[in-house]
Amino acid sequence: MESVGSLILYFIVALAMILFSVLAVTTRKILRAATYLLFTLFAAAVAYFMMDYEFLGAVQIAVYAGGIVVLFVFAILLTSKPGDNTERLTSRSRGLGLVAALATLGVVGYALFSRCELLTAAKPNMEALDMVTIGTTLMGSSHAQYLLPFEAVSVLLLACIIGGVVVARRR
Amino acid sequence: MFACGVYGFITRKNMIAMLVSLELMLNAVDINFVVFNRYLFPGAFEGMFFTLFAIAIAAAETALAIAIIINIFRAEKNIDVRNLDKMKF
Repeated sequence: MESVGSLILYFIVALAMILFSVLAVTTRKILRAATYLLFTLFAAAVAYFMMDYEFLGAVQIAVYAGGIVVLFVFAILLTSKPGDNTERLTSRSRGLGLVAALATLGVVGYALFSRCELLTAAKPNMEALDMVTIGTTLMGSSHAQYLLPFEAVSVLLLACIIGGVVVARRR
Repeated sequence: MFACGVYGFITRKNMIAMLVSLELMLNAVDINFVVFNRYLFPGAFEGMFFTLFAIAIAAAETALAIAIIINIFRAEKNIDVRNLDKMKF
């Protein structure tokens, strides 16, 4: 089993993830929702670091915390005054949302807890993933290598840039 | 986290808040990919690369959605989905 320190860190991260994601969807100031989303994303990055995927954690921080949250904050400040609250929810939509959320939680929780032996399994050993492996896996074209998705994502990003310019252009 | 995203997506009216909920759901799925890859198949990297591509696509999708939202705001002066019915028939 793992050491006590990493176990404590795991519980802190999991609690932070749950708490901040609940706050992000229930707070009434939209700028605060973006801030709680940022904290949730940081907690996810810490989880990636704890699972020895350093590159993935770095990508998570760089892309999400550095890019997406800044975009969110810009969009929020452009489209609403910082002080105003969203109006109170009607009980009907709140009930509908709660039912859907609890149903999802039930299905996912059942799928997890029905494989209960996995929950207590120790973390298997893995050799550290170095950058050479990541690079050759991304750029190689043989079995279990990802040149084609890599190029597809690059074309998608290019199309997204052009689409963003076209959509946001003042006519 | 995924359940929170579902709840927010249904209850929120502001488009940006819905987008925040969408990001929560995407992140929950990403974490699932990585955890199952790490614990069940520690020799393979498929889950990690899937998450990598998912992050890239989520970034593209968010940027485009925010461009559309700002454009709607410029035309309509609000971004509540209940009030946007101009293109319905």
